[in-house]
Amino acid sequence: MTAKKEYDVIIIGGGPAGLSAGLYTSRSRLDTLLIERGVVGGRITDAELVENYPGFADGISGAELGQLMQRQAAKYGLNIVTAEATGLELKKDKKVVKTTQGDFTAKAVIIASGSERGKLGVPGEVEVTGKGVSYCATCDGPLFRGKTVAVVGGGNAAISEALYLAKFASKVIVIHRRHRLRATRVLEEKARAEAKIEFLWDTVVEKIEGEKALEQLSLRQVKTGQKSSLDVAGVFIAVGLKPSTDFLKGVLPLDEGGYIITNERMETKIAGVFAAGDIRQDSPRQAITAAGDGATAAVNAEIFLELKA
Amino acid sequence: MTKPIEVDDASFEEKVLKSKTPVLVDFWAPWCRPCLMAAPVLEELATEYNNRITFAKLDVDQNAQIAAKYNIMAIPNLIIFKEGKPASQIVGYKPKEELKKDLDAVLK
Repeated sequence: MTAKKEYDVIIIGGGPAGLSAGLYTSRSRLDTLLIERGVVGGRITDAELVENYPGFADGISGAELGQLMQRQAAKYGLNIVTAEATGLELKKDKKVVKTTQGDFTAKAVIIASGSERGKLGVPGEVEVTGKGVSYCATCDGPLFRGKTVAVVGGGNAAISEALYLAKFASKVIVIHRRHRLRATRVLEEKARAEAKIEFLWDTVVEKIEGEKALEQLSLRQVKTGQKSSLDVAGVFIAVGLKPSTDFLKGVLPLDEGGYIITNERMETKIAGVFAAGDIRQDSPRQAITAAGDGATAAVNAEIFLELKA
Repeated sequence: MTKPIEVDDASFEEKVLKSKTPVLVDFWAPWCRPCLMAAPVLEELATEYNNRITFAKLDVDQNAQIAAKYNIMAIPNLIIFKEGKPASQIVGYKPKEELKKDLDAVLK
């Protein structure tokens, strides 16, 4: 726990956007606190291999990339606390960030709380989470060695997870509601070449069943309406992302999807409050764009503080 | 400094189920980054709760039998055993303060 409560800058979220922002503000000798509720590194730590972050020509594991970013920012004095932001209060000259570890105040705030995995919203999903339902193949995949698992989704996250799971599972069934994938071609080609991966097209999961552990998925073919069930030991859900902005409702204007609107300087509608990374409207949600946003937000936060001083 | 003890399939019954004090078992694996992050926090707690709760760790890759028995399908996965039975379970990486709440509840 951090005893100190007042900072120049508070960054909410410890992914590539937040850590890059923290690197820049700390190097500018701004007293900075970064608040992260889970694992520092953010959602990128779920990625087995990041192949599109420039500078790492042979790819790098997401966990390692996150650790490197953390180490680099810590070197210049970035403070990190494990807590969940629960609210933001705007006072005349300062901003109060409410968290599960108490209130912290700063003159400028950079919101980089990113996005979290979307849920299917079907019966049984919540009850069986952690007992066979997972949102992270690199976290839980090796626990399903020699078993049959399913992946729900058709985007990059889903196909990357399927490829990773194929290393451990005996069979990986990709369940996708459309008849073609959204994933990048390179990933699709790899998945189609992998003998362990099978596809169930035009199919949705209607129900997840299991008492102590996952037993089966109830499926429906969307074109024919035909119902079926599938016995799997694990199901990995990768159906898009939802912004982590619940704590900002009523404080900052959000778009229909819950994302934050900024200008090209990462400024929100409120002076001294910036946003960076996946949380921004129309963000391409890549580690590299998040890192760029973080740096931009930090530079402009610094200008904001200088003009105020 | 009290370090968590290592338990495995063979020693689980003796060291965990038959223990007089409650035992927190950290089901973990070397490839699990959140598990590695949780480890130092658990070491601190092991010291703070010395003599009241025994802290143990079980590598799920090496000990499939016990991992299967308790349906470990997500890690980090902490189960607090009291008188041979699971009394509390915490799945996923949690900050220290939250873990303490669960530990205190078991001791009540």
